[in-house]
This record gives sequence, structure tokens and C-alpha cells, in this order.
Amino acid sequence: MSVTGQAAPPVGPSRPAWVRDRSARFQYTGLAILMAVLALLPYGLSDRGESVAVRSLIIAILAVGWNLMSGYGGLFSFGHAAFFGIGAYTDAYLVIAHGLSPWIAMVIGMVIAAVAGTVIAYLCLRYRLAGAYFALATFAFAQLFLLVVQNVDALGKTEGFNLKILPEESWWMMQFDSGSSSYVWIPAALLGLSLALVIGFSRSRTGQRVAAVRDDEVAAESLGIGVMKHRLIPVALSCMIAAVAGAYYTQYYFYVGPQQGFGAAVSIEAIVPAVIGGIGTVWGPVIGALVVGPLAELITELLRDPPGGLDFLQGLTGLDVAAYAVLLILIVRFMPRGIVGTLQRWRRR
Amino acid sequence: MSEAQVVEQSAADVDEAGRRGSWLVLAGVLGAGVFGLLAVYLIGDRDPGLVTQAIATGILLGGVYALVSVGLTLIFGVLGIVNFAQGSMLTLAMYVVLTLVESTGMPVYVATVLAVPVMFGLGYVLQLTLLNKMTLSGSQEGPLLVTLGLSLLIVNVLLMVFSGRPKSVGTAIDGSLRVLGALLSWERVVAFLGAVAVTIILTTILRRTTFGLSIRAVASNPAGAALVGVNVGRVYGLTFGIGAACVAVAGGLMAPLVSLTPTVGEEFTILAFIIVVLGGLGNVFGAMIGGLLIGLVQTVGSLYLPGTGSLILVFGVFVLTLFLRPQGIFGGAR
Repeated sequence: MSVTGQAAPPVGPSRPAWVRDRSARFQYTGLAILMAVLALLPYGLSDRGESVAVRSLIIAILAVGWNLMSGYGGLFSFGHAAFFGIGAYTDAYLVIAHGLSPWIAMVIGMVIAAVAGTVIAYLCLRYRLAGAYFALATFAFAQLFLLVVQNVDALGKTEGFNLKILPEESWWMMQFDSGSSSYVWIPAALLGLSLALVIGFSRSRTGQRVAAVRDDEVAAESLGIGVMKHRLIPVALSCMIAAVAGAYYTQYYFYVGPQQGFGAAVSIEAIVPAVIGGIGTVWGPVIGALVVGPLAELITELLRDPPGGLDFLQGLTGLDVAAYAVLLILIVRFMPRGIVGTLQRWRRR
Repeated sequence: MSEAQVVEQSAADVDEAGRRGSWLVLAGVLGAGVFGLLAVYLIGDRDPGLVTQAIATGILLGGVYALVSVGLTLIFGVLGIVNFAQGSMLTLAMYVVLTLVESTGMPVYVATVLAVPVMFGLGYVLQLTLLNKMTLSGSQEGPLLVTLGLSLLIVNVLLMVFSGRPKSVGTAIDGSLRVLGALLSWERVVAFLGAVAVTIILTTILRRTTFGLSIRAVASNPAGAALVGVNVGRVYGLTFGIGAACVAVAGGLMAPLVSLTPTVGEEFTILAFIIVVLGGLGNVFGAMIGGLLIGLVQTVGSLYLPGTGSLILVFGVFVLTLFLRPQGIFGGAR
């Protein structure tokens, strides 16, 4: 699958990039509209709808992070659960054991995830492990973390961590009454920040160098671009964003266990939305999360009360994942650029 | 001597050196293994009988691991793709065997023989319909994602059809064998022997037959193979089919040893990958050695770290491999 980023506009002097650059203006406007819609979202949703929205937002943040490393950086990660889990567990551990604010715990989790991700990627890249080999190596590291967490007492073994529910609302401790709009606004804002980072990054000098290294390592190196450095920068950023998603997961559900943090399903949740939406595009992961997030809920709903003729489906488990597995296969096989990538191609014609 | 000959000569030298290096590494790894086992016996503070039992079980288990890994490494070596569905295809094969046994009451091993063509056909068709276009264009991520999708699909369809309740195919052969004080059930011994036999047959096919030659030709240079009249797409399909058939044999041999759930095979994908990396990507013999080593690490390790703990050691071996010899034991010889 070819991974294509945005074409770089010609760079001129003076005025800041996003004013000069029509396409960046377009992206930031899109981001502003998305944020406005998300800000109004809690007013139009039931409690149930709100929980689906939060779930989709967490998936979206994770997928945006994955896309930065795998779409823009060209390093296919099959183990983003490792960094999501680091975020989730750092948050749980620091909040429970040390009474730290989740905001601070989130930042610490980001740093740890970035360091871990950089070390893992460096290990793999040192011997030019690329493509599928790199992907499975990251998967193996995520599994290793899962096993370690399951076997270490201080990390709650298979039990995981439960957050204490506080008696009153507190922004500092990121706790609100159940059903509070803040529970949607926080991940929406975090998603907005991540997207702004992606847009800014893909247009920055560093981002252009990263794309150059991804597309042709030898040519980039011959132009004096440090290959290793520009491979690792998107990895670090990507792991930070994944850790943010993980930390918010713990805060929203008041619980994290080994499978919720480091399970293979989490890695898959990072990949699938980005692939469906379009790898290496700004909006792909968000669109993909919009499809994947509510899909499980829709199918659960369908199974609880199947329409006529589909009665045999009642009570089946596994149909939701099977459905998005089929979706994944079809998209990769027939629409490898994903929804957004395909639309962009049509527009250019 | 022309320049081309010189280049060829030195390339052969390098190849020779690489091969010698591989054998040295293998000797080193085996030496370390034997040393480790001796250490476990002498200062490991565990009952020697238990250690012998663990070693014997580990070797037998390793044989079956090797078989799953041989399928994976063959597919990687020829098609250049990692089959992420290897583990769930193993599960599928077990359920095929289960269905045959339950519906007709035939012995498990007969059902295994019948499952082989079923899985071979499935692998062949999957490769031709879903994967070939991407494999031929040299994409790595595409096939990985498709096989990831397949893996999810297989597991969840099995979950829908058979539910998550554990099932059993019953016993295949009663009784057990006593070797040097270790008690080995006949089922495990048969699984090991079957795995070794299939691996030997496969190696012979690859080395001695015209069909094997065309597979090796496609592995080393698809464009060149196509030029001399090999149907590359078809060879890809057949290779994937053989990979699936390996898993079918492994599934049938293992079915009596496990409690069957739709997720039982999942950990084998990553185990097989670790084994393949350890042995050297694309190397069939390396996969066998790697399988035995990983089997031993897991069973002997479980003397000290119960439950999932011994898997940590397996991943430790993997990380060490990445550090010390990322091309694997036989990586230099390819």
C-alpha cells in the first residue's frame, strides 16, 4: 500500500505558514468546525449516545496518534497498545498511589510512552527492520508489556486498577457527575490538539523531512537529512498521543486492566480506523473512528432486537468484530487509500 | 578470469563465510542451551525428575511449534508477507477436525488427514482472491492488514458458530511412554513425530522436486522465474496453501492436547513469529531449531514462573535476538 501525505506547497518568506498556505487554512478551518460540532454534541445526546461518543473520541485520538507514526512516518506499528497501556497505567498508578492530578499523570505518561516508543523503534531500525517485520516486532513488544503487567504485583496483575470516585466534581482531578458534558469536551479538546499537531507537523520543515525519509531514505540521506532522527520524531509524537488516549480511558471508565490497556484488541483499534479512513491523511483516522466507534454499538443494538428475518442473529457474540474485519479486508483490498484518500484522488482528477 | 567471475567468486566466499557463521552461532546457542539446562539441574533448586519431565515436554511441544512456524516462514520466504492469521488458521483447523470427529465419529488422526486438503484449498483460494494482487506489487502492509482482518474474522465467526464454551475432541490414543523417568503421553509423542515427518517431507519437496524448484525460483527472483515460464501467481497460491496445510496438520495433532476455544490459537501467531525470527526469516531448518528452543524455554521456564510468566522468558529470548543477532541463527545463510 502506498502511503501518501499531503503535497507540500511552495515555501515563501514572511507571513506564517498557515496564512500563506491555502490548504493549511482549509485544514484549520475544518478543525474549527469539527470542534464546534463536538462542543455542541453533549446537548443532543442521550447518556447512552454520550458514552458511544466518548468511546469513539478515544479511538479517534489513538488512531490519529497511530497515523502520525505509520502514515506520516511510514513505520507500520502493530503494537500501539503498548503506548496506550503505558498512558492508562501511568495515570492509574500515579492517581491512585500518589494522589496526583490526572493532568500531570497524563503528561508523565506521555513522556514515558515517548521514551519507550523511541527505544523500541530505535532497536528495530538499527538493523533496518522494515515493513511487516517491524510491525510484528512492535506487536511482540506490546504482548511483552501485557505479560509483564499481568505478572507484576505493583501493577495489579490481572486485576488492574480501580480509580476512587470522589464525592464532588473537580476539574483538577478530572471527575464529574456521570453524564456531565465535560466528559465529552475533554476528549474532544484532546482530539483537537492532536489534530492541530498533525496539521502543523505535516507542514513544518521537520514534517517535510520526515516525509522525505519515508518516501526515499537514500535520497533523503544524500541531501543531508538525518535518517534515524527523522524516523524517530514521528514515533515519539505518535506514542505521546496514544498515551493521552490511554490516560483518558482510565479517567472515563474509572478502571483499567491488562487487556483494556495492553490487549491486542487495542492495537487493532488504533489501526482499523486509520486504514478505513485513509492512512497518511489528516482526517482519515477521525472519519474511520466515526465509522468504527458506533458500529459495535449499532450491532449490539441490532442483536438485542433483530428485525424480521434476522432472528437467528439474536444473542450472537462476535458479529460486531466480524463485521469490521470484513470492512477492513474490503477496504484494504478495493480501496487501499481509505475513504479520505479515495475522495482526495477523485477531487484531483 | 573475467571481472564477473571474480565477483561471483567473492560472493560465494561471503556466502560460505555467512554459512560458517550461522553454524557457529547455532553451536553457540545450543551450547548455551545445554549449559542452561545443566545449571537448572545442578543449582536450579528444582527436583531433577521435574526438570527431566519439563525438558521432554518442551522438546515435544517444540516440535509442534516448529510445524506452525515452518508454514509461516515458508510463506514469508516465498511471498515476502507475514501471515498474521497463522494462529487463527490453526484454530480453524482444530475446529474442522472437531466437526469431522463429532459428526462422523472418525478417529482424530483420520480427521486430521481430511482437514489437510480443506485447509490447503482455503489457503490457495485466499491467496488468489484476496492477496495475490498486493503480493505481486510487492506491498507488505496490505497483506498484513488483510491477514489481520482474516484473523479477526475467523476467530469471531468461530465464536458465533461454536460459542466460546471450551470443547474437546476427546482422546486420540490412550497410554503413555516412559523415557528416562519422564512420562510422555502417546498423543504428545505422535504430535512430535508427525510434526517432524511433515517438516522432512516439506524440505524434501522444496529441495528435490520440480515444483520445489519453481517455489525456490519465485522466492529468490519472481521476475526471473516469470521469464522462464513459472506462473508466479499460482506458485504464490500453492505456497500459501502449503503454509495452511502445515497448520492443518499441527491443528489436528494438537487438538487432543488442548481445550478448544476460538482464541486458543491466537498466541501462536506471535510465538511462531518469534520462532521464525530466532531461526532466520524464510529458513525452514531455522524454524525447526527455533521451535525446539522456544518449546524448551517455555516448559523449563514454567518451573520458575508459573502461568503466563514463562512466556515473558520467550519474549526475553526475542528481545535478545533483536539485540544480538536480528537476522536470526540462520539469517546469514539465506
